[in-house]
Amino acid sequence: MIEQLSWKIGGQQGEGVESTDRIFSTALNRLGYYLYGYRHFSSRIKGGHTNNKIRISTKPMRAISDDLDILVAFDQESIDVNAAELRENGVIVADAKFNPVVPEGVNARLFPVPITAIAEELGTSLMKNMVASGASWALLGLPMDVFNKAVEEEFGRKGAAVVEKNVEAVSRGAQFVLDSAGGPLVDFQLAPADGKQKLFMIGNDAIALGALAAGCRFMPAYPITPASEIMEYLIKALPKFGGTVIQTEDEIAAITMAIGANYGGARAMTASAGPGLSLMMEAIGLAGMTETPVVIVDTQRGGPSTGLPTKIEQSDVNAMIYGTHGEIPKIVIAPSTVEECFYDMIQAFNLAEKYQCPVIVMTDLQLSLGKQSAEPLDYNKIVIERGALVSEVEPREDGSLFQRYELTDSGISPRVLPGVKNGIHHVTGVEHGTDGRPSESPVVRKNMMEKRLGKLKALDFDAPFHADAPHEEPDLLIIGMGSTGGTIDEARGRLAKDGIKTNHLTIRLLHPFPGEQLKPYIDKAKKIVVVENNATAQLASLIKLHAGGSDKLHSVLKYNGNPFLPSEIHKECKGLIAWQH
Amino acid sequence: MATLKDFRNNVKPNWCPGCGDFSIQAAIQRAAANVGLEPEQLAIVSGIGCSGRISGYINAYGFHGVHGRSLPIAQGLKMANRDLTVIAAGGDGDGFAIGMGHTVHAIRRNINVTYIVMDNQIYGLTKGQPSPRSAEGFKTKNAPHGSIETAVAPLELALAAGATFVAQSFSSNLKQLTTLIEEGIKHDGFSLINVFSPCVTFNKVNTYDWFKENIVNLEEMEGYDPSNRALAMSKLMETNGMLTGLIYQDKTRTSYENLVTGFKEEPIALQDIKITSEQFDKLLTEFK
Repeated sequence: MIEQLSWKIGGQQGEGVESTDRIFSTALNRLGYYLYGYRHFSSRIKGGHTNNKIRISTKPMRAISDDLDILVAFDQESIDVNAAELRENGVIVADAKFNPVVPEGVNARLFPVPITAIAEELGTSLMKNMVASGASWALLGLPMDVFNKAVEEEFGRKGAAVVEKNVEAVSRGAQFVLDSAGGPLVDFQLAPADGKQKLFMIGNDAIALGALAAGCRFMPAYPITPASEIMEYLIKALPKFGGTVIQTEDEIAAITMAIGANYGGARAMTASAGPGLSLMMEAIGLAGMTETPVVIVDTQRGGPSTGLPTKIEQSDVNAMIYGTHGEIPKIVIAPSTVEECFYDMIQAFNLAEKYQCPVIVMTDLQLSLGKQSAEPLDYNKIVIERGALVSEVEPREDGSLFQRYELTDSGISPRVLPGVKNGIHHVTGVEHGTDGRPSESPVVRKNMMEKRLGKLKALDFDAPFHADAPHEEPDLLIIGMGSTGGTIDEARGRLAKDGIKTNHLTIRLLHPFPGEQLKPYIDKAKKIVVVENNATAQLASLIKLHAGGSDKLHSVLKYNGNPFLPSEIHKECKGLIAWQH
Repeated sequence: MATLKDFRNNVKPNWCPGCGDFSIQAAIQRAAANVGLEPEQLAIVSGIGCSGRISGYINAYGFHGVHGRSLPIAQGLKMANRDLTVIAAGGDGDGFAIGMGHTVHAIRRNINVTYIVMDNQIYGLTKGQPSPRSAEGFKTKNAPHGSIETAVAPLELALAAGATFVAQSFSSNLKQLTTLIEEGIKHDGFSLINVFSPCVTFNKVNTYDWFKENIVNLEEMEGYDPSNRALAMSKLMETNGMLTGLIYQDKTRTSYENLVTGFKEEPIALQDIKITSEQFDKLLTEFK
């Protein structure tokens, strides 16, 4: 019995790769396995090689694997591109239609299955995904009834006849491969899972769900990879809660509409990736200056410019923190798991209203789009805090306006929504006095700058970083953010086998940076490795600036579009220790 | 009930004496009182430029945003609280240069916002550069040999974009302007009101006298039918866009908010936003 294995499906984009993966992994999720998915895709809709890889494990696992156990191929290209990744004596299930060949130098077991032929016999080549996933399932020796139930649910609303056809496709695929393999593959028998069903979702689903739970009822947004799923989810979900999504003409409209809606009292957000974030910068400054709450999600992809739209990068960190002209209070949060994507959205909306400032939630393409198992989400953790919002205002004897920007010890002023009697005040991006009216007075200017920038001094943020620090004196302190955490942990497991002691910090609050709280870890570390998906070591720069450690800090960077593999981090860290001795 | 003076505040506008914007401010205040609004029920969102300051000169909720973005801010505000009367206001540079994209799409979208463009055919606050409304040949500092670009025709453009309410007026005609703003507020959908508002400091061509000579007032035209889109377009073209009055209104369409699936009468801003545990459990089933 094995504890984990990796499965990949490859074909032409639009050929059923996505749906094969979806049904196969949904069924695995039902059995309680932990899943972690990775999509390799291009910026096109039809054609071009694409593949989805999933890691199936009996224990939590948040990293893609270095190698591959089973490859399902719809075409020869999928074999040629991915065969090298197969482990020794791995398995290829391929459509017999294209007379599959195992490339030279690859030692793999090939099972040609008439995937297309069976599907066409049953009525449509669209059912290729069913034949392929049924064959995969059978090879693993997993219970067919669970799989058939997943199929039933996928096609139930299309009627019994469609379900029946698809179940038959599954069973034909399964039968064929079992006949040629002589039964399930003994070396691929997965140990039973814990049977507890997990949630199975992408980070963008969790973000959208979190926003909905946080009370977000309006999302103006412009489509962009890899953020669009957030608006797609809310387009479906919000009407059931009296809310709506507007697809705007551009990202400037998206962010300014969100600001207008927040000013009006709705919880509103927008989501984008680097190019959209760049367009939003002036308006983010407006939100900071007018102390209007707003939540922005940046699902980072490869930059600059159009860059690598479908590939991972973590290179917008500086843009998120420093992108706006002038100086404003701003909070930048980086969830590192799907669960945190959900909870952080709730926190983001609360922080935005509590501190009356823009909050940027940062993900990366792998966290946003990698479908993975998540622990159950806790309804009791959905807490809505609306900050210094006042709903009734006493009339003012002196005829002055509501003091929307009243100077207070915390810097946070009472906020009233348009429509409230006696609450009239002015709001402007021009420097202003306590009633919001423009003022160029040096005294007012200084007071207001200090008020705004001082608001975050007492920022109450839940867990600015996670510390997995079992060692009092580690050989290495590894620091990362976003989706790299699971990969770092897997590398740490290997380092431990090499006798290297490591601690691991995951930074969750990027701005204001928790420098003081990090310092003890930095000071104690002999060597520090900062792992990030960018070329200029943006996270490492923040650490050096706010917590020190420049004399012992090393960066492990990857910016070729692909996520880190555990082996890469392992190798770099091991090399660093070896070099030291 | 609120009266005109309830919409006044004690702020002295920083406009030049004689600026057309004073009358537009007065017309908004009158219209608001005439349609029976209380000051807190009105929100004015404005752009950047001389005209953009208008949101601070009226006793109502006011939001003075960034250049060219008054419309998305106003639309977001209206979506959040549909009980509010939302007026967006700004100059011709704000709406037809930097903000032109939003203007066209706000027109198409048809959210119930009244948009008043204070059109002086020049950039005033930056001291006299040509605006997209400056006529070809118009000489300014930045176009010393005369503008070689064609002026935009905003009302024709609005009609082409599917506008449901298109009007134009002149700041000197306070009565007409006030009535048009009232009509715009009452219109169920997006209303565009372009107002000729002479810049007495920088624009020596499009002066009060020039407008008086060139304007063609629809009120003096017998039998004009503002529900006829083709007629509106041809009249605009005939008069080189110098028509004033209600040029076009489509009363058959309803505003965006009324077409949104599941959108409630009760404003989003006033709804209870906490979901129930039953609703939450139901949402999670999709991910199992």
